[in-house]
Amino acid sequence: MSQPNVVLHVADVHKRFGGLHALADIDLQVEEGQTHAIIGPNGAGKSTLLNVIIGKLAPSSGQVVFDGASLTGRKPYQINQLGIARVFQTPEIFAELSVLHNVMIPALAKRDGAFKLNMFRSLESEIGIRQEAEDMLEDVGMLGRRDMAAGSLSRGDKRRMELAMCLIQHPRLLLLDEPTAGMSRHDTNTTIELLKKIKSRGMTKVIIEHDMHVVFSLADKISVLAQGRIIADGTPDQVRGNPKVQEAYLGGAH
Amino acid sequence: MFDVIFLQFLNGLDKGAAYALIALGLTLVFGTLGVVNFAHGALFMLGAFCAVMFRQFLTMETITIDPEKLSPWGSPLEIREPLVQAWFGDFGAVLVNYSVPASIIITIPIMLIVGIALERGIIKHFYKRPHAEQILVTFGLAIVAQELIKAFFGPNPIPQPMPTDLRGAADIGAWLGMQAGVITYPIWRLVYFLFSAAIIGAVFAFLQFTTFGMVVRAGMADRETVGLLGINIDRRFTIMFGLAAVVAGMAGVMYTPLLPPNYHIGMDFLVLSFVVVVVGGMGSLPGAVAAGFLLGILQSFASMTQVKDLIPGIDQIIIYLVAVVILLVRPRGLFGRRGVMEA
Amino acid sequence: MAAMPRNDLLLFLGFTLVVLAMPIWLQPFGAAYPDLLQRFMIFGIFAVGFNILFGLTGYLSFGHAAFFGVGSYAAVWSFKLLSLDVIPALIFAIVVSGVFALVIGFISLRRSGIYFSILTLAFAQMSYNMAYSVLTPITNGETGLQLTLSDPRYLDRAIFEAVPGQPVPTLLGQSLGGFAGFYFCAGFLIIAFFIAQRITGSPFGMMLKGIKTNQTRMHYTGFNTKPYTLAAFVISGMYAGLAGALLAVTDPLAGAERMQWTASGEVVLMTILGGAGTLVGPVIGAWLIKYFENIFSAINDSILRRFFDFLPDGVDSAMVTVASKFVGEGWFLTLGLVFVIIVIFLPGGIMEGVRRIAHLFNRAPKAPGKANPQPQPAE
Repeated sequence: MSQPNVVLHVADVHKRFGGLHALADIDLQVEEGQTHAIIGPNGAGKSTLLNVIIGKLAPSSGQVVFDGASLTGRKPYQINQLGIARVFQTPEIFAELSVLHNVMIPALAKRDGAFKLNMFRSLESEIGIRQEAEDMLEDVGMLGRRDMAAGSLSRGDKRRMELAMCLIQHPRLLLLDEPTAGMSRHDTNTTIELLKKIKSRGMTKVIIEHDMHVVFSLADKISVLAQGRIIADGTPDQVRGNPKVQEAYLGGAH
Repeated sequence: MFDVIFLQFLNGLDKGAAYALIALGLTLVFGTLGVVNFAHGALFMLGAFCAVMFRQFLTMETITIDPEKLSPWGSPLEIREPLVQAWFGDFGAVLVNYSVPASIIITIPIMLIVGIALERGIIKHFYKRPHAEQILVTFGLAIVAQELIKAFFGPNPIPQPMPTDLRGAADIGAWLGMQAGVITYPIWRLVYFLFSAAIIGAVFAFLQFTTFGMVVRAGMADRETVGLLGINIDRRFTIMFGLAAVVAGMAGVMYTPLLPPNYHIGMDFLVLSFVVVVVGGMGSLPGAVAAGFLLGILQSFASMTQVKDLIPGIDQIIIYLVAVVILLVRPRGLFGRRGVMEA
Repeated sequence: MAAMPRNDLLLFLGFTLVVLAMPIWLQPFGAAYPDLLQRFMIFGIFAVGFNILFGLTGYLSFGHAAFFGVGSYAAVWSFKLLSLDVIPALIFAIVVSGVFALVIGFISLRRSGIYFSILTLAFAQMSYNMAYSVLTPITNGETGLQLTLSDPRYLDRAIFEAVPGQPVPTLLGQSLGGFAGFYFCAGFLIIAFFIAQRITGSPFGMMLKGIKTNQTRMHYTGFNTKPYTLAAFVISGMYAGLAGALLAVTDPLAGAERMQWTASGEVVLMTILGGAGTLVGPVIGAWLIKYFENIFSAINDSILRRFFDFLPDGVDSAMVTVASKFVGEGWFLTLGLVFVIIVIFLPGGIMEGVRRIAHLFNRAPKAPGKANPQPQPAE
């Protein structure tokens, strides 16, 4: 068996807030092409972990390594330029701009980098970028809404558009923070369908979730977080059968 | 050397006290209502003109012409007698003499009404609008207020005399057992400092020890939660706005003998007070007070001739320089909390 | 340069036509004289530039008059030291105000929201105070900086044998008095508008809108927003400097009062009144304010008395007393009231008003009972 390529390595990360030990001894390896889910009950430290990965919080000790480069101390835009895109719990979009422009902006970030004084070129002449954005919207089934203001979309459509904004950058790693939080059943299902569809593209994904239904149908590998520690690690079946998980997580549900 | 430094320290206190009082009101309004009030300087100015108005009222005169006597210019002699003196005799004379402190009596209700009317009439509708619009509407209100004052009182500063008993200087050095005459300090400045200290103390005590204050402090920390408890926060916040207006107004009244008020005195102080608030940390009451005194005293040191010879013009810009340095080194200010107004 | 989209081209041509024909169509309004028209152009440029920072990027600066003032001083110094020709003066003013904006922007843009507004206000007040005190050798304090016959004008003296007698700015030897001055300024307004239009329609402009709408998403999309905001700040500072320099061309006397916060507030008001974030809005706002300033501040009591003459005695004098507070010296009171009313009722400015009315007309005929869920169009 060939050595799997580890894309993201969270190495011995601790995070303390004052006296509170929010994350302890976290060691995670996310392999290329896999969908890795991090689940856990509320307050387990999922969001803290995500914020450490994305560089919003600095770990108290340990480090996060992406593709051989340490992410510690990098700014969010630098982390994105390395190839990590992020979907937020509440969609972060450009509410006043049109759907098409929402998707063109990340495409331009991919092409032009973190800053380019592109003042005298007309947007209309960016035919390539525009085509790319329209194809992307077609892919997520939103081409018909491309001229609407993004702020007037439904919650589920906002999420779909946000996904399109991430996917158009062809990231090496996609971070999803509770992608179905606060959604109706219908929107949840369409989002899961979409995630399944993009799964076949071989992109590496990390999903933070507490909805088990979402996770078990999507993930290749699951890590269970409880009280700031990883208590189990493995394939969905392994995790499902783990008594520690049932006690810490599922136990509360019966 | 010590006495020079001590004297400059004293000289900074009264200006620092004015900054602290205005900054305190700004912070109260910002902390409770979440509104950036560019009209707060105008409230200071309105307070100052309450004193002017009160004095004009007190010094209204009856003019009787005595046809028997002639003035040195040959015209019939006019006899002027202040109405108050005519009505109240000696007490009237005392009242005219003490017009500045006495005008606090009318300032409190006037400013309370102005404050509440502003909040209910206009500010209330801006709680949920962007901060830029809050700034713009209060800025417009400030222009209106100062132009109204200009229309009625003219563009020139109107000096207000301090009570005769409180003129002159106190020999603070002698009180502290030093040589007499080394450290003297104008009595009125001392009065202003003590007055401000009393008001600041009263505001803090009010917030600390009353139920009303407790709710307001909780609201400053987390408005939504307090709202969920079923407490009518809005009405309390209206009162807070009125209170902030009263504090600003009183600061203005008592400052008139130190600086004759004109219509743009409020804006002059507002710009500095905003800097004070930013240096102290947005939303922090102790920060506002500490930074007010700190900057007042620094400004006083910067206006020493020795310092000015070293760095010309430093007295004009010291406050802004300090603000820039603080914002670059400690972006949240001296006492600022994380996440206040950073969106 | 890539071809312009058709709508943009039409807007630009229309704008150019309106500007160049101003001496004609403003005739009935009594505003078609060069002095006022020049001010229309100059403050139009100021507002267009301010809108790039405020309307497009969402950063509310309260200190832009500082750049305007610096532009004026720089231009007058160029007249004094180099040449009475306006071209070096304008270039010098734009460069100096750009550098000044770079320094102030670099520091102020470390914070956003109201912190930014307060920082810019503080910097402008600092410049104003210094112009009146320490910097008197450069600014000539309260008197203001003006041209004299004994100015060195090294460039002029090196090139021409005889130095022109009257110290009046010229363009390549041509006088810029009267309508020549207006067309000169109009040319700059048209160029300024064109550049602003290109910026708005460019990828760079879309990034600025992105920063205004959602800065967090911009960061997580891989943009370093700092250089974008700084570029917008410097561009708008250079616009202000150009406007200040043009004012110095028409009236070569630079005073510190051009840098006061009231002047900064005025450009904010122009932009808001017309419609922040729109292209033509700020220009219209600037024109309206300068027009009414001109009309209102010229009205005095005797004109008012004539105006209210039809009213019965007593009532008319009361009306005159009330109205006189709003005109002449009291013009700023009117301005403040307009400001408050606009912010409360029409925060999108005149352009939003126009859009609402147009919407009403477009919709009225085809609204058969059931309102169809028309998608909200993006800007």
